[in-house]
Amino acid sequence: MSCQDHLYRNLKPKEVARRWFLQQCGIGLGAVALSSLLADAGFAADNAPADPLAPKKPQFAPKAKRVIFLFMAGAPSHLELFDYKPQLAKFDGTLPPADLLKGYRAAFINPNSKLLGPKFKFAKYGQSGTELSELLPHLSKVVDDVAVVKSMVTDAFNHAPGQLLMNTGTMQFGRPSMGAWVTYGLGSESKDLPAFVVFSSGKKGPSGGNSCWGSGFLPTVYQGVQFRSSGDPVLYLSNPPGVDEALQRDTLDSINRLDKMRLNATGDPEIATRINSYEMAFRMQSSAPELMDLSKENAQTLAMYGAEPGKPSFANNCLLARRLVERGVRFVQLYHEAWDQHDHLVEDIAENCRDTDQACAALIQDLKQRGMLQDTLVIWGGEFGRTPMVQGGNNGRDHHPNAFSMWLAGGGVKPGFTLGESDDLGFNVTKDEVHVHDLHATMLHLLGFDHTKLTYKFQGRDFRLTDVHGNVVQPLLA
Amino acid sequence: MTLDVKRSARKTGRCARILLLASLSLIGFDPGRFEPFQNPAPKASGETWPIDFQKDIQPIFEKNCYACHGSNNQLSGFRLDVKQRAFAGGNNGKAIIPGKALESPLYARVAGMGGVSRMPMGGQPLDPALVEKIRRWIDGGAYWPETVAAGEIKKHWAFVPPKLPAIPKVKHAGWAKNPVDNFVLSRLESEGLSPSAPADRVTLLRRLSLDLIGLPPTPEEVDAFLADRSSRAYEKQVDRLLNSPHYGERWGRVWLDAARYADSDGFEKDKQRRVWFYRDWVINALNRDLSYNQFIIEQIAGDLLPHPTQDQIVATGFLRNSMINEEGGIDPEQFRMEAMFDRMDAIGKAVLGLTINCAQCHNHKFDPLLQEEYYRMFAFLNDSHEANIAVYSPAEQMKRAEILRRTREIEADLQRGDPGWRDQMARWEQEVSASQPEWTVIRPAVDDISTGGQKYFPQYDGSFLTQGYAPTKHRVKLTVTTDVQNITAFRLELMTDPNLPRNGPGRSIEGTCALTEFEVEAAPASAPDKVTKVKFAKATADVVQAEKPLEAIFADKSDKRRVTGPVDYAIDGKDETAWGIDAGPGLRNQPRKAVFLAASPISNPGGTVLTIYLTENHGGWNSDDNQNNNLGRFRLSMTTAPDAAADPVPQRVRDILAIPREKRTPEQVQTVFGYWRTTVPEWQPQNARIAEIWRGYPEGTTQLVLQQRDRPRETHLLTRGDFLKPAALVTPGVPAFLHPLPHDASWKNGQPTRLTFAEWLASRDSPTTARSIVNRVWQAYFGIGLVATSENLGTQAEPPSHPELLDWLAVEFMDQGWSLKKLHRLIVSSATYQQSSTVTPQLYERDPYNRLLARGPRFRVDAELVRDIQLTASGLLNPKVGGSSVFPPAPSFLFVPPASYGPKPWTESAGDDRYRRALYTFRYRSVPYPMLQVFDSPNGDTSCVRRARSNTPLQALTELNEPMALESARALAEAAILKGGSNDEQRLAYAFRRCVARSPDVRESAELMSFLRKETGRFSDGELNSWDILGGNPALAALLPQGVTPARLASWTALSRVLLNLDETITKE
Repeated sequence: MSCQDHLYRNLKPKEVARRWFLQQCGIGLGAVALSSLLADAGFAADNAPADPLAPKKPQFAPKAKRVIFLFMAGAPSHLELFDYKPQLAKFDGTLPPADLLKGYRAAFINPNSKLLGPKFKFAKYGQSGTELSELLPHLSKVVDDVAVVKSMVTDAFNHAPGQLLMNTGTMQFGRPSMGAWVTYGLGSESKDLPAFVVFSSGKKGPSGGNSCWGSGFLPTVYQGVQFRSSGDPVLYLSNPPGVDEALQRDTLDSINRLDKMRLNATGDPEIATRINSYEMAFRMQSSAPELMDLSKENAQTLAMYGAEPGKPSFANNCLLARRLVERGVRFVQLYHEAWDQHDHLVEDIAENCRDTDQACAALIQDLKQRGMLQDTLVIWGGEFGRTPMVQGGNNGRDHHPNAFSMWLAGGGVKPGFTLGESDDLGFNVTKDEVHVHDLHATMLHLLGFDHTKLTYKFQGRDFRLTDVHGNVVQPLLA
Repeated sequence: MTLDVKRSARKTGRCARILLLASLSLIGFDPGRFEPFQNPAPKASGETWPIDFQKDIQPIFEKNCYACHGSNNQLSGFRLDVKQRAFAGGNNGKAIIPGKALESPLYARVAGMGGVSRMPMGGQPLDPALVEKIRRWIDGGAYWPETVAAGEIKKHWAFVPPKLPAIPKVKHAGWAKNPVDNFVLSRLESEGLSPSAPADRVTLLRRLSLDLIGLPPTPEEVDAFLADRSSRAYEKQVDRLLNSPHYGERWGRVWLDAARYADSDGFEKDKQRRVWFYRDWVINALNRDLSYNQFIIEQIAGDLLPHPTQDQIVATGFLRNSMINEEGGIDPEQFRMEAMFDRMDAIGKAVLGLTINCAQCHNHKFDPLLQEEYYRMFAFLNDSHEANIAVYSPAEQMKRAEILRRTREIEADLQRGDPGWRDQMARWEQEVSASQPEWTVIRPAVDDISTGGQKYFPQYDGSFLTQGYAPTKHRVKLTVTTDVQNITAFRLELMTDPNLPRNGPGRSIEGTCALTEFEVEAAPASAPDKVTKVKFAKATADVVQAEKPLEAIFADKSDKRRVTGPVDYAIDGKDETAWGIDAGPGLRNQPRKAVFLAASPISNPGGTVLTIYLTENHGGWNSDDNQNNNLGRFRLSMTTAPDAAADPVPQRVRDILAIPREKRTPEQVQTVFGYWRTTVPEWQPQNARIAEIWRGYPEGTTQLVLQQRDRPRETHLLTRGDFLKPAALVTPGVPAFLHPLPHDASWKNGQPTRLTFAEWLASRDSPTTARSIVNRVWQAYFGIGLVATSENLGTQAEPPSHPELLDWLAVEFMDQGWSLKKLHRLIVSSATYQQSSTVTPQLYERDPYNRLLARGPRFRVDAELVRDIQLTASGLLNPKVGGSSVFPPAPSFLFVPPASYGPKPWTESAGDDRYRRALYTFRYRSVPYPMLQVFDSPNGDTSCVRRARSNTPLQALTELNEPMALESARALAEAAILKGGSNDEQRLAYAFRRCVARSPDVRESAELMSFLRKETGRFSDGELNSWDILGGNPALAALLPQGVTPARLASWTALSRVLLNLDETITKE
C-alpha cells in the first residue's frame, strides 16, 4: 500500500528543511555527529525534529501508550466462547423465527437453516463472575483483568472486507490501517525497530493480505512491517553470504562517508536522512535478532506462554509481542487465522483455543507482572461472529455480522467487566451495541486522541480511521 | 478563485499579497499542514483593509456553506448563495443583521458561540481568521453588491477550460530557452530569486536518461555526449531517448500506477490473472506516441470504435484492472459494484484529475458534483460484460490468418472439384433439419449447500451462469418437479458467455470444463421419498474427445490417473473419468451438448420430482489458484422423443440454417460448408489435412476487457452507495459543471454511448483532462506537480504554484496534437529543467519542495528504477520489452501460509528473465514484491497518481542484503575488472561511472581505494571466504579470467556493493 500524499505534507516547512535533524529520536549517528555533518554542509541545526516517526504527544493524557491486537482471523464463534445461550440449546434443531431473518443475508447458508445449540459448557469465573466457555481455561484465570464485549456488530460478512473493516474502518481497499493511524499519531518510541509490527501464525494468512496493515494514503513509513517468527524476522536482515560484521561496518562507513561528501556538494538534506537510515538498519541487524532470541527468557516465562524457542507458534508471537512493546514498539498485531468453522466446529475451535488461550492469558499476566498492562491495550477478536444457525450437517456455523464478542484488557479498560448483550439466540445485539467504528474510537481515546480529530487530508478532504462514525464506548473505560 | 486572487497579488503589492494568504487559508491551511509558500501569516486582528464581499466573503461561503445552504440544498430553509435569500433568513429567522455581527446568528454559528451547534455542521470549524473576516464584514454593514449573484460566482479555476495565457515578459530574457522558462522566471523574479546555473553535462545526461527511459546512461553514452560539441548535441540525446523502446516502459509505469495495474485479482483468493497484454499496450501506445486523447478513448471505449483492432479492445483492460472478489460466500453483484466504483475512481484520478468517488454516497461536499451526476457517468460503464478474451501476439495473429487462408484454399478446391456441392449441401440441410426432437427446458432449483460456494445465476433463457467462488470439486444438486410424462432423455447444453474465460463454456482458466458424472434421480411427486436412480442406456455428444490425462494444473495430489474423454465417461460411475470438451486448439471454446438417454422412460401420473446431480470433480487441489474445471454456463432440457441423440451440428451452424437460404451471407454459407464437408466421406483426406493444419493453431493468452452487453442493464442511483438500495433510474450523462457531451456518430438509438463518454473525457473542451496529465508529467520531472494534489484539481486542491504555466502547457499540449513526446521534449528543453539541483541552505529553507523552481530536481527514483539502475550498472539487464510478467527471486515464505492467505505460485524465472526491468515483475496485490514495496511502489489496490517517496532503514537493508542486489554487485565487479581499464584507479572510475555517470573526485577515489585495499587484504588473508560472497561455488574458478583471483573478485564485489548503495546511485540529480 503506498498511494498517498506527499511524505512531508503534514510537516511545517521549517521542519522539512531540517528533517535531517533526528537527534530527538536518538537514532542514527546521534546529535553531535549529525549536526557536525550538517554544519559541514552549511546547514545550521535548529530545534525542531521532523522525522515522521519521531514520538509525538497525543491530544490529551492517554491511558494506553501502545496496543497489542490479537487478531483471530476467520471469525471465532461467540456462541462457543463468550456468549452463552441456554435458549439456543433449547431450540437446537428448530427453525429460527421468520421475523428474525427479515432482510438477513448469509454468506453460504440459506438463512432459514435450523438452529444449532452451543457446543460447549460455560461457567462463571473470577470475582467478576465473567461467563466463559470451558474452551478458555487459561483466560478464565485472568478474567478479572479483562473486559468482554458481547455486543460487537460489523457491516461485513465476508472475510476480506470484514478484516479490512476491522483494520481500516472501511471495507474498501486503499485506506490506512489502525496501526498506521496510531503510528502516524504517536510516532515511534523504538530506536531500532519498526513502530508497527505484524506476525502471522496458524493455517493461513489473513484474507485481506498486506492491506490489513497497509498505510493506505498515509506515508509508507507508517505501514506495518511483517515479522517472521523464525529465520530472519525482517526481510533481508542478515548480511549476505560472505559479508561478516566487520565488512558490513566498513561498507556502511564507506557509503556514509561518500554520501556525506555528496551532501556537502549538493546540499540536499535528504542525504543525511539516508545516512541515518543506513545507521538504523545496521542497528536493527543486531537488535532484531536479539529481540527474536527467546532463549533469553527464563523457563518459567516460556512455560507460562507455552512458547518454545525456535518453533514458530502463536505462543512465541505473544511472547515476542511483549518483547516488542518493551522495546518501544507502538503497535503489534498478531494474526492467527483458522477460526472459519463452517464445519468441524467442535474439533477445530477446540484446537484453536488450545493454540491460543494459554498464550493470550500469559500475555496479560506477564504484562501485569511487569507493570506494563496499565498502559498497554490488549485487544482480542476477529472480523465478525457466527450464525446461531447450523451449516453443513450439525457441526458448523456460517458468517454472522449482527453480534459477536471481543475482549480488551489493560490500557485504561475497565477490568473484570462484561459489556453488552445479544438476544436469546445470539443473533442480534440487544444492549450496548458496539460497532467496529466505536471500538476504533475507544482505542484512539485510550491512546489520547479524539477520533474525530486524528485526521489526514487526502483528495481534498480530511480522512480519519472512523470516517464519519464512531463513539467512544464510555462504559468500557476504567 | 485562487488563480484570480493570485494574479492580482502580483499587480497590487502588499494588500493583495495578504489576500493571497487569506485564500490559502480558505483551503484549510493551518500551521500543521503543508504550506506551499513561506509568507508570514497575517495577524487575525488589527488589519485595516476593507472587506470585499466577492473576494473575501463569498469564497468562504462557497467552500464551507453552499453544500448545505446553496442551490442544491437549503437545510433549515436557509440559502446563502443568493443575496435576497441570505438576508431573508431561514426557518430559524434572520441570520445576518447588518452592522451587528454579535447579534447575527450566522456569526454566532461559525464562531461557535452561544451554545448553538457550530457551523459548518459536521466539518472542521472555520479558521479564526475567516471567522474574524465574517465579523468585520457584518459589522461593516454586510455590504453585498447587487451585481453579485449566485450565477456570477467565479467558477473554480480548474472548471474553466484553459486558455492560452500571454507569455510573461522577464528581465533576464536571455535565460529562457522556451516559454516554460518565461513563466518560471517571471515568478522567480517577482520573488526576488534567480535560477541556478545549468547542470553539468554529465549530470544532465543522467537526469535526462533516467527521466526519459528510466535507465542510467552507460559510460560510452556519456563519452559520446561529451564528445559531441555540436549545438544540437543535447537535442540529439533527447531524440535518441524519446525513440528508445524503453521510453514506453518508463512512462508506461507511471500510467500503470494510475491504471492500478496488477497481475492478480486481489481480495482473499488473489488469483493470478493475465492482463499483461494491456500493460504492453500502454508501453507500445506511448512508444508510438499515440495522441493522449486517443489513448484515453481507446482505454475507455476501444471496443466500440468502428472495426476495433485487437489492440483497441485490449486497451479497455484499463477499466478491468479492478479487483475481483471470489471469496466463498460473497454476492458477486456486490463486488461487481465495488469494481464499478473503482473504475469511476480511476477515471476521476487518472483522466479528470478530480475526486469523484465522494458522490457515490451523496452530493460532493465541495465540488459541484451531484450524486445523480455521478451515477449518470456510472451508467456509461455499467452496461458491459466482464469479458476475458483470447488474445494473440502479432506472430500468432499471422499464424491464425495463415490457417484460415489455407483452410479456405482447400475448401475452395473441394468446391471447384465438385460443382454440385450446393445441391448436395441443401439436401444434407434438409435431412438434418427434419431430425431434431422437441426439447423442454428444465428450470430447476439449486440446492445452495451443494454448490461448494459457487453461485448459480439463472439466466433469461433457462440456463445457469456460474460465478463467484470456484470450488475445484463439487456435486451440485438441482431439483425440479414436472408433469411431463414419458421422459426419455435429458440434454445438457454447455453454452458460451462473455463473462467466462475465453468465452467459456467452462470456468477453467482456458474456458474449458469437465463433467465427472451426470446423474438423475426420479421420484413420484406424491411420494418424493421413493427415489429411483435413473439408468442411462446411452450418452451422445457433439464433440468426441479422445481420452487424455488431465492437465498439470488440475493435479489434485491424489496419485490417481484422472482423465477426460468421451461423454460416456459422465455416466460410468467413476470419479476418475469425465466428459471432456477439448476439441483441440482454436476449437475449445464452442458451445457443446450432450444427451443422456434413459434406459426406460420416466412417468409418474401425479408428476415427477427430478433431482439432477452434476459432479465436477476434475479440478485441482487448490481453489485459490485457478484450478477449477467447472461448467460456466449450461442449460438442461428433457424430451419425450424416442432414441434422442445429441445434435452433431454445431450451434453456430444451426443458427445459420435458421436463416432463409437466400438471406445468408457468403461467409455464412462458407461456415455451413466448413461443417458439412466434414460429413462427406469422400472428402476424408482433405478434412484430415485441414484438421492437421488446425493443430498448429496458436494458443494465445487471455486479457480482461470490456464488452458491450446485448441486453441493456439499467443503472440506478444507489442510496448511500449501497447496491441493495437502488433508487431512481438514471440515464447516461455528465456533470453540469463540466463541458457538455459531444453529439456525433458515437450516439446509438438516440442515446450517448460509452464511446461518447470516452470522447467527452478526452475532449478539448474538458477543463481538467489536459491540465491533469501535463501536471502529472511535470510532477514526474520535478517531484511535485504545479498543482501538488495531482489527483484532485477541484475546489479543495492546493492552488497551483504557476497557474499560467499550467494552462499554457495544457493548451500547448492540445495544440500539438496531444503528443506526449512533444510535451516531454518541451519540458526537457527548458532552462528550468536543465538547472543544477545543488541547493544552498538558505534556498532550501525558503523553498524546501522546490516549488519556485530556482533549482533543478533532485530526488530518489521510483522503486522500479532502483532495481533497473542496479541491473543496468551491473550489466545484467535483459532489455527485452514486453511479454508475460516474470518472477525474479523473492523469499519463498511470503507466498505460503501463514504469510499469505493461500499458497501462491512463484516459480523463480530462469535465465535472462531474472534480469528484466522491474515493471515486468509479477504483481500480486496481497503479496507485493518486497523490494518494490519497500521503495513505495503502489500495489494496485486503487488508482495512484502520486507516489510517496520514503527513506527508511528497510530500504537500506534491501539494498545492502537482498540477493539480486548482491548479484548485481558481483556482475559489476566482474565488469570493472574485465572492462574497466588497466589499473585499479581506472577500474574504479569505470564502475563508479556505471553507477552515477560521473567520475569520482580525488577524495571519493581515495575513500574507495582505501576500502578496496583493506577488503582485498581480508579476502586474501582468508579472513573472509571469497567464495561465499561470490556465490559459494569454487567451480567458478575455472571461469575466472586469467589473473583474476577469487579474492580480487570478492573485494571488487564488496566495493561494487558500496557503489550500488550510494544515495547518488538511486537519485536523479
